Amino acid sequence: MRCGCSSANTLRRGEEKIINQKHFYGTPLPGVEQEEYTGKLIVIEGTDGVGRSTHTALLRTWLESRGHAVLDTGMTRSVLAGRGIKEAKQGHTLGRLTMQLFYATDFIDRLENEMLPALRAGFVVLTDRYIYSAMARAELRGIDTAWIRSIYSMALVPDAVFYLRISSPQQLVERVLSSGRGFDYWESGMDLHLGEDFYDSFIEYQKRMLKVFDRMSSEYGFHVLNASRTVRSVASDLRRAVTKLIDEPVTSTEDNVSQLQVVRDKPTAAKSTVKALDLNKEAS
Amino acid sequence: MISYGQHQFPGKLFVVEGTDGSGKSTQLALLYQWLKAEGYPVFFSEWNSSPLVKDTTKRAKKRHLFTPATFSLLHATDFADRTERDIVPPLKAGAIVLADRYIYTAFARDVARGCDRAWVRDVYSFAVKPTVAFFFRAPLDVAVDRIVSGRPNLKYYEAGMDLGWSDEPEESFTIFQGKILEEYDRMVSEFGLTVIDATRSIERQQREMRLLISQHLEKRRRKNH
Repeated sequence: MRCGCSSANTLRRGEEKIINQKHFYGTPLPGVEQEEYTGKLIVIEGTDGVGRSTHTALLRTWLESRGHAVLDTGMTRSVLAGRGIKEAKQGHTLGRLTMQLFYATDFIDRLENEMLPALRAGFVVLTDRYIYSAMARAELRGIDTAWIRSIYSMALVPDAVFYLRISSPQQLVERVLSSGRGFDYWESGMDLHLGEDFYDSFIEYQKRMLKVFDRMSSEYGFHVLNASRTVRSVASDLRRAVTKLIDEPVTSTEDNVSQLQVVRDKPTAAKSTVKALDLNKEAS
Repeated sequence: MISYGQHQFPGKLFVVEGTDGSGKSTQLALLYQWLKAEGYPVFFSEWNSSPLVKDTTKRAKKRHLFTPATFSLLHATDFADRTERDIVPPLKAGAIVLADRYIYTAFARDVARGCDRAWVRDVYSFAVKPTVAFFFRAPLDVAVDRIVSGRPNLKYYEAGMDLGWSDEPEESFTIFQGKILEEYDRMVSEFGLTVIDATRSIERQQREMRLLISQHLEKRRRKNH
């Protein structure tokens, strides 16, 4: 099989940092030593209402039943900034730049204090959304993409990104309504004044979001799963792909390492890593 | 997103920078009184003052939750809120904004804490370029002395205790301030900071500042009349 993992040797090329099988997108985290991360970092991405949390929970239970230690995390769950962000979102004075940086603080806190320690200890880390959602939200708010990428260049390149995709915003609306949660101000992009009411705004916002996600999907090598199907079939696809990722022995070649382009302000995915996971793309 | 150096506003932005104990806040307060008395609309903005972020920062400092990266990012969050709330709108309105500490504080501290120099500059690239940025330069021993003698004990992050250089707060503080001063010195030419000798008398420093600032104000007055 093909795999985008580097050799067991620790390599260093210019500014970039390659640590065993894990890579950072660019700027090294200050004070974080080069170490071996034996765990796996798995990202579940997708727009609001596609079932990310359902699938994260199912995957967790399933992984644990198979004897894997799992840590799950998600946006605004950091000890440092989670509460602050939630409070800031209650009001109407949270500016666009401030919001992006608050989220970045939350992300780095969880990366340093939750994800990296767990990966070091050999856990499977499941994260409900990652830097891609954060970058997409910023882009929709007119934030300079080079700027937001530079900020998130401290992120670790995941072992896999599963993108739960639903092609029409109308389908998302049904899910959001049937979940009983109703429309969320920020997930409807109400701060962007895109429509007369929550519905109009939600449709327009999510339509734009889908476009950005589709572009990122090829750029960062997401593994796309059609999330319009039943929970069961999506879950079974996820399991198959995760099994491949976790159970197969790692083969490593220097060639694969050179395919990883790490640019300081423009994170690029370890595309070769994702190639190995493309097995179910057609099936979905 | 408009980046550093590209903003064009009718207002003027004057900032003071320098190590702790350099006397910059005193000078800014005097400037504020003078400009008010002269009849200018003046707005004052201080480091770490965002109402949205303040509580998070306070709690993190108390519970020692910061790493160098999150210390940097949370302070950038605070600064972004200041920019969006306290700096850009008054400048658009043509007011004078006085800022006690600005992006250079972050550059000095975060790099001293081990953050990548280019990365920190990228993070703050949305900032408005000041009309004049004053750097109050005091020799290390003078600055350290002013702080240590004026305070019963140094705070954890202020003394750089999170970096593990020394268990002795005063020693750690001195090392930390030394690194910060080095960063400031290299920024003088990088950002064209106006150096004020902070060892001179308060009156003399203030005269110097007023002279420099009035050059920018006269231009503006003439335009308005």
